[in-house]
Parts: sequence; C-alpha cells; structure tokens
Amino acid sequence: MYRNARELMEQTRENRCRISDIVLRKEKELFDKDPDTVYEELRHIYSVMGQSAYGAIHDPDRFRGRLIGGDGRRMEDYSRQEATYLGRVANHAMAMAFSTSEVNAAMGRICAAPTAGASGILPAALLTAQELFHHDEKAILDALLTASAVGDLIATGASVSGAEGGCQAETGTAAAMAAAALVQLQGGSPEAVFHGASIAIKNILGLVCDPVAGLVESPCAKRNASGVMNALISAEMALAGVESLIPFDEMVASMKRVGHQLPPALRETALGGIAITPTALKLAKTIHG
Amino acid sequence: MPNHSVLEILGPVMIGPSSSHTAGAVRLGRLARGINGRPFKKVRIGLHGSFASTYRGHGTDKALIAGLMGFATDDERIRDALTLAGKAGLEFDFTPVDLGAVHPNTARITFYNEDDTRMAVTGSSIGGGQVLIQKIDDTPLAFTGNYPTLIIDHIDRRGIISEITTLLARFEINIATMHVSRTQKNKNAVLLIEADQEFPEALEKDLVGIKDVNQVRMLNLEEDRHVS
Repeated sequence: MYRNARELMEQTRENRCRISDIVLRKEKELFDKDPDTVYEELRHIYSVMGQSAYGAIHDPDRFRGRLIGGDGRRMEDYSRQEATYLGRVANHAMAMAFSTSEVNAAMGRICAAPTAGASGILPAALLTAQELFHHDEKAILDALLTASAVGDLIATGASVSGAEGGCQAETGTAAAMAAAALVQLQGGSPEAVFHGASIAIKNILGLVCDPVAGLVESPCAKRNASGVMNALISAEMALAGVESLIPFDEMVASMKRVGHQLPPALRETALGGIAITPTALKLAKTIHG
Repeated sequence: MPNHSVLEILGPVMIGPSSSHTAGAVRLGRLARGINGRPFKKVRIGLHGSFASTYRGHGTDKALIAGLMGFATDDERIRDALTLAGKAGLEFDFTPVDLGAVHPNTARITFYNEDDTRMAVTGSSIGGGQVLIQKIDDTPLAFTGNYPTLIIDHIDRRGIISEITTLLARFEINIATMHVSRTQKNKNAVLLIEADQEFPEALEKDLVGIKDVNQVRMLNLEEDRHVS
C-alpha cells in the first residue's frame, strides 16, 4: 500500500512495474477482487464511455438538456473542415467531450469519472488515444486503472466534489486523470504520468463551480471540452519531458487549500460566478419558475 | 490513505445528470419500494430542501418514480419514468414539504398499497449516489441499503435479541452492525441488523415464529444489473 504519489512511484521503481499494476494489487488486497473481475468491470465502463462519447454526436436531438444540446455534433462537423486551427484530432476530442456532457444532461447513461458533471473528459481522452494509435483493449483498461489511482489520490487528499472544492475538483480531477492515462498509453514513465497530472491541475487550479440555473449543463459542458484539451496538452508536455516544478502530492494539497479558500458562492450553489449574471438568472426563472 | 476502489472513482455507471439528485434518488425509490414490500397503487412524495427546489431540473421526480418501479440507476428508461408509471396505472404526486433539520436532499414517500395498508419511508440522498433511510412511518432508523438489512418489530423482552441472533448464526449469517431502539420498556421495539450475507426466504418464517416478534422485513441487495 502507499500513502501518496511519491510512495506509489517508489513502489513502481522497486517492482519495475507500472502504476496500473500496483492498483490491481491494491484491488486484491483491499477489496478481494482478482484482476479478471476488475478488467471485466472496466470493460463495461469503457463501453459505456464509448456510447456516451458518440451518443449526442450521432443523435443530437435525442440528447438535449434544458440549456445545452447540439454542440457535440457542431464540433464534430467542424472537425472535418480543412482550415481549422487545431485540426481534426483536437476538435474531434472536444466533440466527444461535449457529447458525453449532453448525454448526461439529457438523462442518458454515463460513467461518473470522477463525477457526472466531469464525465466527458476521460472518455474523450481515451477514445482519442485509441483512434489515433489503435491501442489494444488491455492497454486502455490499464490506462483506466492509472487514471483511477490519480482520482483516488485527489479524492483522498483534496476532494472530487464541486460543492467542496469547486470545478477544479471535478473537471480538474478528470483532466488530471485523463492526462495520466494518456501519458501511460504513450509509454511515459510513472514519474511522467504524475508530471502530466500535476500540470493539468496547475492549469485550472481555483476554477469555480457556478452552474447556470443549478443545472449540470452550463458552463459544465464547455469545461468538459476544455478539460479534454487540458488533458491532451498536459500529456504532451509530460511526454516531451517537461516536468512539473511542484510535485503531485503538493499539487493535491494546494487543491485542497484553494477549495477551502473558495467562498461557498463559488462551490456549486449557483450563487456566484456566471450563475448570477442577469442572463443566467432569467434562464433560472424560466426553468424553475 | 488513498483507499477508494477503482469503481468508486470510475463510477457509478448511471443515468445523468447528477449523482445525488438522480442516481441517489433512484436508489432511494428502489430501497423504499423494498421496505414497503407490497404491491401499491399510489405514492405521494414529499420533497424537502434542495430536492424541493430543483427536482424538475435534475430529473429527481423521474428518478424517484423510476426507483419506485424497481429500475436500476443505469436504466435508460429513467428519463421516461413518469410516462411509464402513468401507463402502468401508478398514481403519483409531488409536494414540497418541510421535514425539519434533515439533510437537504430528503424525500418522504408514502405508499398506498393494494391491500389498503399505508407506509411512509423517509430517506436522504447524501452524495455520490449514496442514500440513508431515516424513518419508516414514525420510527427513526438509519441504514444505507449497502448491506442486506433486516428490520424486526418486536416486543422489548429479555432474551429476544439473543434468540434472533442465534437463529441468524444457524443460517450462517454474520452480523455487520446491529441497533436496537424501543419506545418504552417492555413495549414495542425495533431491531435493525445489517449483515454480510443475503437472507434466505426460510429465515423469515423462523423469525416470525419467535415469540413476541411482530413483523419482519428482509431487504436483500437488489442486483444492479447492467442493461447494455
């Protein structure tokens, strides 16, 4: 067992293994789950992720929330144009993140990763990797295990709840998890995995949770789209050899401190941020009466 | 110590948009349905706090009704639950209520059963899809439904608890937690047991056979089967 990322990295060095191997061992020790069972569950999770990441791209009319809808399809169409700044991969990744957020808003099936509000990021990141590099299933499931280790460390050392830590706790954690998965998939070391995760957190530290009309829709969907981009650029930096000056464990401690410093108005209560703009208040009145 | 399981971080697989307002509400409805345990024709649902102010936006109404019809948290029919309930002939209504100093996401569900009995179950969705049952009718209780749960109404009599636990041991059931509460010495009492194993049907008959046991409710874990 390990208490923090530093100890987890030490264990991967001692055992010459990946983070996911340590997670598998932990599932056995703590929850008496053998690897076959864990992989079986992850297979189901990944299939739900695949369905949500494409659901609203294929059928935007079926997956409309109260405030959002159609942006997944819009980004997907745009991603196929020739003259775009970021090209097909990035725009398609954003389309997939939008799609899961729209499926979630429309009461479709998603996998909370780590929460329903941030559920678009990890699926979009993993599918981007698989579509680009044709990873086999085992590699993807192992990347999910590594992502879960990052989520576990943040859930323990800080929070993954918007009500406690703001949006940094939800889409920030999801982006850190996704960055970790992406680094491992491209052969990055456990150290690089945590550099990627740390950079992702750094990019959004302090992000507030200010849902319009209290719904998990706006700005959530766009923060899922920017969240997958955060994961991709953080993973690219880590794979290029860029290091986070501040180690992961200290990043998590910062997240916790910053979460506490955020006033309640900026933590999912819809009493601050863009949630109290005249436009948002008008929308809230229309929806809730 | 970081000790969340992989499935706690990557999960639950659920119907959106909110683990506490949607997934938790489905589980609450399902658990209440199990506690009531009888066919019912009508439910009245009192919504307290955040449930009362945001239930339409988060689909909490659909989620509760879906749970009351026995749907799992990842069932795609949840979004159509109100229509499906109407088709199934289930009457329902929602009213805002003030249940006092309870968790903001609390509902009181009153069942009107086909055999003309009534039962009210009060419970809260406490975050991440987890729920806590607070009351059955007017009896305060506290359990999560994460374990097979046994609720026994009995007369407060010396030795009755040991008769019950001996019987459980004979069925090879290990008790995880146990709580006894009574209104008055030698009067009605409620025994709540959470166990590590599922309860077999035969247990119910033997429990009812114990002197001074008035009523037994056995709640086994409902399998949240994935509908793919």
